[in-house]
Amino acid sequence: MNQWEVVIGIETHAQLATVSKIFSGASTAFGAEPNTQACAVDLALPGVLPVLNRKAVDCAIRFGLSIGAEVATKSVFARKNYFYPDLPKGYQISQMDLPVVVGGSLTLQVGSGDKAYEKVVRLTRAHLEEDAGKSLHEDFHGKSGIDLNRAGTPLLEIVSEPDMRSSDEAVAYAKALHGLVRWIGICDGNMQEGSFRCDANVSVRPKGQLEFGTRREIKNLNSFRFLKEAIDYEVQWQINEIEEGRKIQQATVLFDPDTGETRTMRTKEDAHDYRYFPDPDLLPLLIGADWIERIKDELPELPAQKRERFTNVLGLSAYDAGTLTASQEIAAYFEAMVAVAGQGNAKPCANWVMVDLAARLNKAGREMAESPVSAQQLGGLILRIADNTISNNIAKKVFEALWNGEGATADEIIDKQGLKQITDSGAIEALVDEVLAANAANVAEFKAGKEKAFNALVGQVMKAAKGKANPQQVNDLLKKKLAG
Amino acid sequence: MIHASLKELSQALAAKKISSVELSTLFLDRIERLNPDLNAFVTVDREKSLAMARAADARIAAGTAGPLTGIPVAQKDIFCAEGWTTTCGSKMLANFVSPYDATVIRKMHAEAGLVSLGKTNMDEFAMGSSNETSYFGPVKNPWDRARVPGGSSGGSAAAVAARLAPAATGTDTGGSIRQPAALCNLTGLKPTYGVVSRYGMIAFASSLDQGGPMAASAEDCALLLNTMVGFDERDSTSLDRPAEDYARDLDKPLNGLRIGLPKEFFGEGCDAEVMAAVRAAIAEYEKLGATCVEVSLPNSHLSVPAYYVIAPAEASSNLSRFDGVRYGYRAPEYGNLDDMYMKSRAQGFGAEVKRRILIGTYVLSHGYYDAYYLQAQRIRRLIANDFVEAFKQCDVIIGPTSPSTAFKLGEKAADPVQMYLSDIYTIAVNLAGLPGMSIPCGFAGGLPVGLQLIGNYFAENQLLNVAHRYQQATDWHARRPEAIA
Repeated sequence: MNQWEVVIGIETHAQLATVSKIFSGASTAFGAEPNTQACAVDLALPGVLPVLNRKAVDCAIRFGLSIGAEVATKSVFARKNYFYPDLPKGYQISQMDLPVVVGGSLTLQVGSGDKAYEKVVRLTRAHLEEDAGKSLHEDFHGKSGIDLNRAGTPLLEIVSEPDMRSSDEAVAYAKALHGLVRWIGICDGNMQEGSFRCDANVSVRPKGQLEFGTRREIKNLNSFRFLKEAIDYEVQWQINEIEEGRKIQQATVLFDPDTGETRTMRTKEDAHDYRYFPDPDLLPLLIGADWIERIKDELPELPAQKRERFTNVLGLSAYDAGTLTASQEIAAYFEAMVAVAGQGNAKPCANWVMVDLAARLNKAGREMAESPVSAQQLGGLILRIADNTISNNIAKKVFEALWNGEGATADEIIDKQGLKQITDSGAIEALVDEVLAANAANVAEFKAGKEKAFNALVGQVMKAAKGKANPQQVNDLLKKKLAG
Repeated sequence: MIHASLKELSQALAAKKISSVELSTLFLDRIERLNPDLNAFVTVDREKSLAMARAADARIAAGTAGPLTGIPVAQKDIFCAEGWTTTCGSKMLANFVSPYDATVIRKMHAEAGLVSLGKTNMDEFAMGSSNETSYFGPVKNPWDRARVPGGSSGGSAAAVAARLAPAATGTDTGGSIRQPAALCNLTGLKPTYGVVSRYGMIAFASSLDQGGPMAASAEDCALLLNTMVGFDERDSTSLDRPAEDYARDLDKPLNGLRIGLPKEFFGEGCDAEVMAAVRAAIAEYEKLGATCVEVSLPNSHLSVPAYYVIAPAEASSNLSRFDGVRYGYRAPEYGNLDDMYMKSRAQGFGAEVKRRILIGTYVLSHGYYDAYYLQAQRIRRLIANDFVEAFKQCDVIIGPTSPSTAFKLGEKAADPVQMYLSDIYTIAVNLAGLPGMSIPCGFAGGLPVGLQLIGNYFAENQLLNVAHRYQQATDWHARRPEAIA
């Protein structure tokens, strides 16, 4: 394994979140009764013609701008010709020579902790095309059924350069891309429903060799886990083949999640000749500067821009900034919190979102959007920690109370439940004196050099204060008294 | 009444001298009597037609009629019409009842109030120049029933020539309106590409196909064209232009008109008697005040080869949807999926359609695409540029429509190249996307000769004017085949 280098490129089909199809007015909603969302154009009746949905182009431009790519001023729709029952026209309208988006790149965080590193993956292109329908092979007594509801759903096919060198990098890329298309609102990212599916081109070569090995393409991976498992299996399989003296044949393979294995679907010899040519029913797609400007104005702040702001302006670590920009929901939550708690409290805000809130949500099996504690509530809580109204430990209690709806704000809960920290030095001094008087043994131990005895005394004071005494003040006073 | 112009019929209907039901019945009766021999119609539905006629009469009575409301016309069976069998001349679609209207049909029915008498015979998927490739059998030329009417709009041409309909729709991919018009002594117009919507017009070669009118005169064509045109958001190649009245300029004098005569159209390869009739027509134009100038279309000899790459390429893809899965012909017996495709398409398509699918598939194949398809597209641009240059020196281009008069049934059926050369003068116009017309200009051996008029982009009004003034000065277009009266 060590002398081999893995090379991976990924093609992703992202279904675009338009209301209607790319070349017809039929709805794109998922899950309707078969063939109820297929109009004359989708059925490819004789004489019908495609008309481009400009909303799909908006999505492609959005994507191009968000990865720093070139949005082509002229792109061309082409016909990809092949026969299949769920392809009603006998050709798929796609883009070949002139795609709508060219180039660009995606920066990813791979791994976590000490082993985390940043990786830039270059994109080759992204082009618009239509999805096919579905063939249904069950429940038809030996015959096949065809559902054309999905036929004509707009897709953006996003093609990466073969820049990834491990299945971890491939998964990090797919996750970053998945996050991005959802972030900019062009795809719902629902992988179970097939809205976001990846094909992985995998090859291996001896380390140090410049030439790529022969690649095999694993089709239709619709979860990050399958993507990783399929690549890992495929890599090992290819290495074994080569080490046993066999050559890799270029092929398209399928991954079987049940066995965890890939198997050959077709080899290069029986590849189709798709006979691409420009679709004479559609004019070249011309995108002027004004169109691009309009989309630019509508574009939200992108994850990369946010990450930069979080580190430069808010002083967060790269890791924190990366975690907080994993989705627009997390980032929005965090920023709403900072708006209440103030930029000076960005770090505790980040910790609370990433640790306490994340853990609580995880425990409850909820998404960020379903959190019973709002960003405003949590921001208010941070303020009370910052101004020493409560300690971190008490804050956890207040948070749980907010979660359970015991009050509308942190302040209300602190007030109602009497959780306000004791900072009156006179009151704390009285408690300290009381504890020192009652625990002569500990005092003696401390004076004999046992540092641990000090902690026991702190514990006693806090216990006497029902946890509400300011820990720093307790520490300081105890030290003073014991020294004196 | 059967020889009346659309204008005369319009006036008679408006004056209530005749109802649309009476007029439609008159033509339906003629179809019933004469069509079994001519085979111009493949579908007639008297009840449907009369229902439209009754609706038209109601509009006339209510005062909401348009100029052509209630006038019966024949529709080429390439246009989808809701509830009508729409076959495109093929076994593949012999039982296909369209669930929707083509834009042209919707405009003619719902907006203009025209009455469709039925669907006319045509070469299968519009591939042919003689109407002999139709699954429903050949159409006979009313001028000589042993001869072809031309194609692919042969049924429409024969129907109007035999006065089974006052006018008809046609479509023209390489000459399919103009050549049958020439062979049947009709006036036919192929508009500028993009003027008439292609939505619902079954595609042969998408970048070349264009619908248009076929009638007895330029004036009739102008009136019918008015009902067919207009921007259609369902057709991305449809052009969004201000509406024009195509009868507007009919009477303009032709003084100062510059006629371009391409030397390539007056060389070898054209029948001498046809050429004599064309030259006589040019002399007539000079009498009407026009001047002639020789122009050149140096790449015109490449138009037939370029066309027979581009049109089959597009057709091979356009016809892929006829796979026996969702509608149309499916072989009664088959094994697996591939077998179903192969048997259904082998049995459902005729020989000429298969030939063109094979050619088209070949020229688009990996390794051949650049040499054939891309090269043909380059030639196409050269041909269009030839016209741009020529129109710097002239207003219209004139020449023969077809190198010969109507040929005998079966005469060229076995020789596809000879058949393809029937369209040698018309094809370049489609490649360039220009408007073109054919008008009657005399007879050779008792058979009609067509004169082709080619205009610049969007010069339909000028072409109709040039045609109309000629028809005011001559009566060739008013001649009718004797046997039909």
